[in-house]
Formats: sequence, structure tokens, C-alpha cells
Amino acid sequence: MSETTAGRPIRVVVTKVGLDGHDRGVKVIAQALRDAGMEVVYAGLRRTPEEIARIVLEEDADVLGLSILSGAVVPLTRRTREALDAQGLEDVLLVVGGIVPVESRTELDKLGVKGIFGPGSSLAEIIGYIRDNVPKERAL
Amino acid sequence: MSAMDAAQLDEAMTRLAAGGTRVLSRAVSLVENGEPRGLDLLERVYATAPHPWVIGFTGVGGAGKSTLLPRMAAHFAARGEYVAILAVDPSSPITGGAVLGDRIRSTEAPDERIYFRSLATRGGTGGLATCIADVVRLMSAAGRRIVLVETVGAGQSEVAIRDVAHATVVVTAPGLGDEVQAMKAGILEIGTVLAVNKADLPGADEAANTLQHVMALAPGAGHMTEGLNEARDGHPARWFPPVLKVCARSGAGMEALIARLEEHRAFQERSGEYARRNLARDRARMDERLRSLLMERALARARATGVWQTVERRLQAGETDPMRAAREIADAIPIQ
Ligand code: B12
Ligand SMILES: Nc1nc2c(ncn2[C@@H]2O[C@H](COP(=O)(O)OP(=O)(O)OP(=O)(O)O)[C@@H](O)[C@H]2O)c(=O)[nH]1
Ligand SMILES: [Mg+2]
Repeated sequence: MSETTAGRPIRVVVTKVGLDGHDRGVKVIAQALRDAGMEVVYAGLRRTPEEIARIVLEEDADVLGLSILSGAVVPLTRRTREALDAQGLEDVLLVVGGIVPVESRTELDKLGVKGIFGPGSSLAEIIGYIRDNVPKERAL
Repeated sequence: MSAMDAAQLDEAMTRLAAGGTRVLSRAVSLVENGEPRGLDLLERVYATAPHPWVIGFTGVGGAGKSTLLPRMAAHFAARGEYVAILAVDPSSPITGGAVLGDRIRSTEAPDERIYFRSLATRGGTGGLATCIADVVRLMSAAGRRIVLVETVGAGQSEVAIRDVAHATVVVTAPGLGDEVQAMKAGILEIGTVLAVNKADLPGADEAANTLQHVMALAPGAGHMTEGLNEARDGHPARWFPPVLKVCARSGAGMEALIARLEEHRAFQERSGEYARRNLARDRARMDERLRSLLMERALARARATGVWQTVERRLQAGETDPMRAAREIADAIPIQ
């Protein structure tokens, strides 16, 4: 089981933002997180940042995992972070995977996104990162 | 002992009633996780919120349930109704994890009037989450008086959904070849409406015709027409499940489906069945709560008097066996 300190399963929304049809990676991640005992809401492809924020809000997710292979990783992540913040979801852990060029990493870092996992990332590393960084107790 | 004080509960209930999505989402989690704060909230919820109207959806995988529910919800929302969708998927019995994939189909733009929540079964039987009844009631406290529930759609969920829903829509689609399967499983007997989805595909007419024929052969079906049959020839008024073609993708047939369900609800209200179901739910909840309260108190008592510790030591020493030990403890707890 992957539980938070409060003893509940970690809830993760994984999805893809923008017009990017590469969905193999996101499916691999969804299954890996499930096998690690997490509850994974797979929200599919081509979501807008606003839709994603609403989904994270409704599902009371601890973590949002974005998979971006389109080359627009920085603007899409920024817009999604803004949409989350607009819903008061500042405490949601944002992790990003896919094609992330080196220059983009520093940009993402500035947005506060530390969990970045490109091709060849080990699943154990991703699971470990989420377990270690998932937000603790959250207010009602 | 309360986990939240009265002021905190007041505040949470006010935010819930005002339609706050964040507080509703968190409340669902607290209830789902069986946290003490969840129980505190539920006591308020049950005291103030009426039973919502609950419509269950079942049917084989791929029939289009997850496409149909958001579409129907959008139709309710367009009339100004506040709706909740609860979509249940199975948890892995080994890892406890789950992939909840019913949201993929929802392409509706975010709408405050529709709240969508995915729930894992977490060991619940019959394809439903254990907490489903509580979550349903919570939706009502949040002003959502219509709740659409998608079951995992396999095995016994058809039966379990009856315990929470007032009506059940059995969803099927052409090409799935499940008309015969449905007959075997007795699934048609529990359907309020049989929806043949994907009416845009060839074969929908045949699928609907086959279902109608199957239904006409059901015991007591003779002389009944689809929907409400008024009392006559000594028979009370009865409901005969209509077969409806719908297209979740385009929304065609949605108003007709809703109209049938409303007709059914009116029939249930008139016959007293609606109230009977609500009462059955309240009784089941009362018993469940009673069981856990009594258990809590009895165990606390057995520990306070030292009986539990004494018997447990004897169990460790091999002087008694688990069955006898339990009886010894139970016998030592006075029930006035
Ligand atoms: C397979 C593939 C396709 C398939 C996609 C099939 C599918 N349904 O997914 C097809 C042929 C359809 C395709 C099409 C295109 N592709 Co393509 N495609 C690839 C390819 C070869 C492999 C991607 C893949 O599936 N990898 C396997 C999965 C398992 O790995 P992954 O996605 O990287 O995921 C891992 C990590 O990134 C991470 N991860 C991924 N997501 C997430 C999410 C979270 C939350 C976390 C924690 C981790 C994580 O964990 C995963 C496991 O380790 C890559 C090149 C490459 N080597 O990456 C190009 C590539 C992604 N494609 C590319 C391009 C340009 C396209 C096209 C635009 C046109 C084209 N040139 O072919 C179209 C656009 C399609 C569309 N609609 O968006 C470019 C993108 C360039 C960029 N980003 O700058 C790439 C990089 C190739 C290249 N070098 O030019 N493609
Ligand atoms: N042509 C057509 N396809 C549809 C329609 N409704 C749903 N589908 C498709 O049918 C497939 C299954 O739909 P879902 O809504 O996921 O079905 P489901 O019953 O929820 O499936 P499970 O959750 O796996 O039990 C998807 O590819 C949908 O796009 C429809 O009205 N017409
Ligand atoms: Mg579904």
C-alpha cells in the first residue's frame, strides 16, 4: 500500500495536456502507480489546464502527474500550475514526465516543479519521489 | 469523542451547503477513509440532508456507461439541477491500488453544477465501494439531489446497486452480444430502463428488438406495455422496463431516457416504493452504526475492567482457545 501519513491511499491524477497524442508513457505510469498501491485517476488526453484543475479538485488528488512529449512542456506546465493555484490547489504535488530538454528543466525548477522524469526514468525512482514528497495532512 | 468541534462542523456544513467543491472533495475522502472527522461530518449530514434521487448504471464493459453519465448529467444541469456522478472501479486486492478510468470519456467543459468523483471499491462487495451510501448522502448535503452511480458492471453489482439506487439503467450496445448473457444473469429483472447505447452504430435496432422480444417472454409480461401499467384486472399498477435507444456520444435519446426515469420515480412515489427504499437504507445504516458503537463500547468496557487482558493472557498461555476466549469476554460484559 502507498499511504500518506494520514493512512489513506495516495490519490494521483495522471493526464496529458494540449494536443499531444503520445499516450504510452502516461499509461505505463498509471499502471506502475496502481501497482505501488496508489489510486490513480487516469483522465485521458488533450485536457485543458482548467479541466485538469477541476478534475484534481473534484478527485481530492494529492498529486498531479502530467505527461508531455509535445515540446511545449514549459508553457503547458506553467499554465497548469496557474490553473491549480487559481483553484486553491497550491499544495498539490506536480510531477512532469515525457520529453523535457535540459533548458526546460531550469524553467520548470523556477515554477517549483522538482519531480521531472524523462525517457528511461526508473519507475521505482518515480514512485519513491511521490511517496517522499506527497503533501502531508490537508485541511478540510 | 469528536474530532471536530461544533464551530468547525458548522463551518464545514455551511461551506458544503454553499456548494464548495473543495470542502465536498475533502469530505468524500474523510468518509471514504473512515476518519473520525468523516464520522463527525456524517452525523451532521444525516441529520440535515434528505435522501437524494439515486440512479444506478450497470452493464458490460464498453457499453458506454462512462460516456452516458456525464451526458445525462449535462442534460440535468441544463435544467438548473445540481448533479453528482460517482464512478466506481475495482481496487486491486493485492496492492490496494486502482486505476480509475471513467473520467476519460467525459469531455464536457467544467460545470459547477456537475460534480464527478471516481471511487475505488476498496474491498467493497458487489462492485460498489463500501462507503457509497454515505457518499451519496453527502452529495445531498452539498445540494446535489440527483446522484448517478456507475458500477464496475461485472458480476453482482447489478444486485448491490439496488441497495443504494431508486432506479437502475442497464446499458448495452450493439455488437457486444450480451442480450443472451443478460438473460442468464437475470439482469433484465432489475432494470428500470434498458438502454441500448450507440444508436449511431448499425445493429442498434436489432439489439433493441432482441431485448424487447426477450422482455416480452419474461414471466408476467403478457399484456404489459412499456413503462407504467395502471392497475387493472385485479393487478396493482406495475412498471415494465422500457427498451430505449440512446446515443451517449451525440446525446440523442437523453431527454427520453430522463423522462422515463422521472415517470418511474413518480410511480415509485405514488406506490410508496420510493419511501420504502429510503427507509430500508436508513435502517441498514442505523444497524451498521449501532454495531460499531456497541463494539466500541463493549471493548472499552472489557479493557477497563481488565477482563480482556486476563482472557488474552490465558490465550497466550495456551489455557483457552479463541472461540472460548471470545465468549468469556462477551459474557463478562453486562448488557442492561
Ligand atoms: C512512439 C512515438 C510516437 C507514436 C506514439 C504512439 C502512442 N500512442 O503513444 C506515434 C508514431 C503516433 C508518434 C507520433 C508523433 N510523434 Co512521436 N514519438 C514516439 C517515440 C519514438 C517514443 C515515445 C514512447 O512511446 N516512448 C515509450 C514511453 C514508455 O516512454 P515515455 O513516453 O518517454 O515515458 C517515460 C518517461 O518519459 C516518463 N514519463 C512519461 N510521462 C510521464 C508522466 C509522469 C507523471 C511521470 C512521473 C513520468 C512520465 O516515464 C515513462 C517511463 O519511463 C518518441 C521518441 C522517444 N524516444 O521518446 C517520439 C517523439 C516523442 N515524437 C515526436 C514527434 C515530433 C511526433 C509527431 C509530431 C510527428 C512525428 N515526427 O512523428 C507525431 C505527433 C503525434 C501526436 N498526435 O501528438 C518527437 C517529439 C519532439 C519534441 N517533443 O520536441 C519525438 C521525441 C521524436 C523525436 N526525437 O523527434 N510518435
Ligand atoms: N459509436 C458510439 N460509441 C460510443 C457511444 N458511447 C460510448 N461509445 C464508445 O464506447 C467505448 C466505451 O465507452 P465507455 O463509456 O468507456 O464504456 P463503459 O461502459 O463505461 O466501460 P467500462 O467502464 O469499461 O465498463 C468508448 O470508446 C466510447 O467512446 C455512442 O453513443 N456511440
Ligand atoms: Mg466506465
